[in-house]
Amino acid sequence: MARSIRYREALREAMVEEMERDDRVFLMGEEVGHYQGAYKVTEGMLEKFGARRVIDTPIAESGFAGVGVGAAMVGLRPIIEFMTWNFSAVAFDQILNNATKVRQMSGGQFSCPIVFRGPNGSARQVGSQHSTSMEHFYATIPGVKVVAPAFPADAKGLMKAAIRDENPVCFMESETLYSVKGEVPDGDVVVELGKAHVVRAGTDCTIVAYSRMTHVALEAAAALEKEGISAEVVDLRSLRPLDEDLIADSVRKTHRCVVVHEGWPYGGVGAEVCDRVQRLAFDWLEAPILRISQLDVGMPYNAKLEQMCMPQPARVVDAVKRVVTRGRGKAAS
Amino acid sequence: MSQSEAQTEPEMNAAPSPALPLPLPPSALVTSSEMGAVAVPGASVPAKLSQGQLEHLADLYRQMYLIRRLEEEAARAYAQGKIGGFLHLYIGQEAVAVGSIAALRPDDYVVTTYRDHGVALTKGMSAKALMAELFGKATGCSKGLGGSMHLFDKATNMLGGYGIVGGHIPLASGVAFASKYRADGRVTLCYFGEGAVSIGGFHEGVSLAALWKLPIVFICENNEYSMGTPLSRTMSVEDVSLKAIGYGIDRDRFFVEDVLTVEARIGEAVKRARELSLPTLVEVRTYRFRGHSMSDPAKYRTNEELEERKQKDPLFRARLQLAKEGFGEARLKSMDDDVEREVQEAITFADESPEPDASLLESTTYDGPFAA
Ligand SMILES: Cc1ncc(C[n+]2csc(CCOP(=O)(O)OP(=O)(O)O)c2C)c(N)n1
Ligand SMILES: [Mg+2]
Repeated sequence: MARSIRYREALREAMVEEMERDDRVFLMGEEVGHYQGAYKVTEGMLEKFGARRVIDTPIAESGFAGVGVGAAMVGLRPIIEFMTWNFSAVAFDQILNNATKVRQMSGGQFSCPIVFRGPNGSARQVGSQHSTSMEHFYATIPGVKVVAPAFPADAKGLMKAAIRDENPVCFMESETLYSVKGEVPDGDVVVELGKAHVVRAGTDCTIVAYSRMTHVALEAAAALEKEGISAEVVDLRSLRPLDEDLIADSVRKTHRCVVVHEGWPYGGVGAEVCDRVQRLAFDWLEAPILRISQLDVGMPYNAKLEQMCMPQPARVVDAVKRVVTRGRGKAAS
Repeated sequence: MSQSEAQTEPEMNAAPSPALPLPLPPSALVTSSEMGAVAVPGASVPAKLSQGQLEHLADLYRQMYLIRRLEEEAARAYAQGKIGGFLHLYIGQEAVAVGSIAALRPDDYVVTTYRDHGVALTKGMSAKALMAELFGKATGCSKGLGGSMHLFDKATNMLGGYGIVGGHIPLASGVAFASKYRADGRVTLCYFGEGAVSIGGFHEGVSLAALWKLPIVFICENNEYSMGTPLSRTMSVEDVSLKAIGYGIDRDRFFVEDVLTVEARIGEAVKRARELSLPTLVEVRTYRFRGHSMSDPAKYRTNEELEERKQKDPLFRARLQLAKEGFGEARLKSMDDDVEREVQEAITFADESPEPDASLLESTTYDGPFAA
């Protein structure tokens, strides 16, 4: 059996179910309780679990992220909500220097089973300081896992896995996905961290995406189909660990690869995918790997410029056509 | 320290000045105002204003009314989809910006949060440049790239609205540092909400300003809510100004009822900054009549509470006082009409202005060639 629910409900179900089965799990963040969540993800949770386990914090990201780390070291399993990941920048030190390092620094004596979660990337016209894609920074750090689901089922399954994981997990959501509906299986369904999946099969080009951009990739693939180009869409789900086997398998089949993500082109997840593909599938590639990302500038407020900066289906279509034509041209000559 | 003494080298890491031997009982650090207590409503309003004061009050009233009307129209434009993203209105708090900036010289600096329309306008940004920015137009103060939360105006020393809570407070201390460094005699006003008092940026910014005796006034606009969180769940103490004690700086605290009181009280702190190069933390108790932003239905407070606070609206109080003290209905009306015209012109200007060109993106990211 499956039900169709929204992304935000899927996240809430996962947190509620995990809190019901494990008293060590608690939720902490700004406006998560009385206000029912800035984006209503945690609606009803304070009423259900009480103020001991659903804890409203003042604006003190570094403080409550650090509180989470300490509590995790001695056996609790915190879920720390950042109202948006932009605000995690002031807590970066707690994640970089404490959460991810305590295990190695202590010679493996301590672990830090904690989930940091919240909406990531841009929303709509929220300006330069509220539109940063933070996953690229976090994914560079050894010791943390980073996930970015695109669909309600994965949101739920990955959240359950993240809460049960012994490592710190950065869980990247998106304000623009919270109302997206999708089938979610009943029961205690956990999605393993580190596994990508093919969300649309195709033969001519692999489009690698995650989170909101998976939907952009699917839109592009539908448009390409009308022009007789068959694109395969790989939804990464996890950014670290990265499912390089699945990505390489897909590229060995299609011989071409386009990567789509929010955030800037310099370094980051897209560059990492390029590195893996050229190492693991070099002999199968018929064209350079192209990346479609946010333009290499801060996010402007103006609506048209913002749209221009963001990866759009049309830009993905163009990139796929470029790599596909190049391959065909070569094969024909 | 007199103005001329302020010309000498800044004393970095200097010991606390003999004027402020520590430790002291908290009250010794409080300024002339109420010691940690909130002012009695109306207590500080002079019974009768002189003609000069009346004219001055009229000027302040006009500035407050301009903010009010401009924001009401901005809210309407937001509903029509002409403004996007976040829009945080200042309605109810106008007397803080207007009263405090009245105590400044034109070359003084202001730095504030995303709730920045009032401060920007009062410091001298034109209504047109402001409204065009909200509309995302090329004629906006930040060319439509910043939006409502990021108003900047170099010409009037408005150094920005910032979106990350507390992030601008050390920056404001840096502006004051530059004034001390150059001995330019300028003062910086740094505004923030009571929600910011919990974050590191506040403490580090204030701590450094205290240590280095910077010419700055930290103005906490305590509107009793940080988004949906009431004061009681934000802080372990109710009195924000107490935070000054640990840093050994002067503090003040009062309810905003009357814009002239704001001017006088902030004026004391400005004087201390200008003449003695000493920072002050001022907690100003105020109230916002709208939600946190346009998307907030503000279910966390009762209608009764809101209505009660609207009864004490400093804007209407100023208008009543002007009418009562004989400023003249006709003159008031013509001032209101003037404001109305200014707001309508701003809307038309914003509506008719062009969108920014994409070529701006690179040149506003780097000076010189793009560092790709
Ligand atoms: C570091 C950080 N955390 C969270 C937010 C989200 N946020 C924006 S405004 C706000 C409430 C701020 O309240 P207060 O400081 O009292 O200012 P007010 O909005 O009342 O003027 C919050 C939580 C943010 N912008 N920055
Ligand atoms: Mg507030």
